[in-house]
Amino acid sequence: MAAGADTAAAGAADPMMPRFLRVRRTVRETHDTVTLELDDSIDAPGFAPGQFNMLYVFGAGEVAVSISGPPARPQNLVHTIRGVGAVTAPLVDARRGSVLGVRGPYGSAWPLDEAARAGCDLLLMAGGIGLAPLRPVIYEVLRRRREFGNLIILYGARTPADVLYRKELAQWRTHPGVTVKMIVDHAAAGWSGRVGVITDLLGAVEFDAAETIAMTCGPEVMMRFSYRELLRRGVPPERVYMSMERNMKCAVGLCGHCQLSPIFICKDGPVLRADRVDPLLGVREL
Amino acid sequence: MENLARLLKEHPFLHGLEDRHLEFLTGCASNVRYAADEFLFREGQEAGASYLLRSGRIALEIAIPGRGPVQVQTVEVGEVLGWSWLFAPYRWQFDARAVEPVRAFALDGNCLRPKCEADHDLGYELVKRFLYQVHLRLERTRIQLLDIYRAQG
Repeated sequence: MAAGADTAAAGAADPMMPRFLRVRRTVRETHDTVTLELDDSIDAPGFAPGQFNMLYVFGAGEVAVSISGPPARPQNLVHTIRGVGAVTAPLVDARRGSVLGVRGPYGSAWPLDEAARAGCDLLLMAGGIGLAPLRPVIYEVLRRRREFGNLIILYGARTPADVLYRKELAQWRTHPGVTVKMIVDHAAAGWSGRVGVITDLLGAVEFDAAETIAMTCGPEVMMRFSYRELLRRGVPPERVYMSMERNMKCAVGLCGHCQLSPIFICKDGPVLRADRVDPLLGVREL
Repeated sequence: MENLARLLKEHPFLHGLEDRHLEFLTGCASNVRYAADEFLFREGQEAGASYLLRSGRIALEIAIPGRGPVQVQTVEVGEVLGWSWLFAPYRWQFDARAVEPVRAFALDGNCLRPKCEADHDLGYELVKRFLYQVHLRLERTRIQLLDIYRAQG
């Protein structure tokens, strides 16, 4: 268990037994990414921001996907999926009414309660599909607005066409005390936003480094560079968190596929304190 | 002139510069403005200045036949654009277009080069500052080259 991270109990009595949930709605986010809303109106176990489910596609297999919907409405179980693999490709093709197997929720959560106790600012750094596991944090902070300081959302995407949750990004930035900055790696001439890498955005926002909790989610390389830049700007290492993703299979710490040295990412993570996990990020293969 | 010197001193690129060096630079500096979509310079043109951005955003673009212009990076407030005037053959390598209205200080390269040759203290100080910008830009570019958000099955 990551120090300082909150954890909600896994929902099912038998953690290997899936529930069967029907797709209520699909939202096409980008050319390869879809958000699925599942009807979990009977005995929804609830979840904490940062946790993940194992989604089972019959005939294809099972894959770990972070929950990306509002924790306050667990009956509408939301996942955003990028169709890049043998299981995620059919998931992206799921239609309204399709039935999926769901195990979970599993794993540790973002340290929202710690942030609320401290009343400090929150700095979220999301890269690519990494915005999805942070979206529940944004929903919760906006719902419990008075408990937190400022919310800064920094988001990096590959191109303008790969930007997730466009309408919500525009809507979030209208809230008092909320800053949203976006950057893309490459763009055509019509783009009027920033082009570069996500760490560039740290220079575009003001925050009290010593009084900020930072949460990063995205490709490991992006999180490593973000962590270094956050330290350089004075954020204490114990106040930076990462969400890791490594080949989760059983999701309950039995099979060892996701083991990163002493850490089982599925059980101890996926949200981990950066100072604990950073020294292990040089591990090239499990 | 005094006002320009004061404003120059406040730009992050010139923070901490000695007054005597700042005085030299002020003689080579001017205020410039560009409207949205106006080009500061085009690839292949003579590189004559550095631009210290005060407001707005500038896109560095490269035209690819069949694809049109591609933005490779943007330059933001507080940053500096352009150092090709330091290195022969003094030609711009990219197009620079104002994405939104831009206000900047232009440091005239043709004015600065002989001053840097004559005063190596000033030259070294400036080259150090430009080198740091190159270092930052190179680091960014290397990360961009990794294409970390590319789909991997």
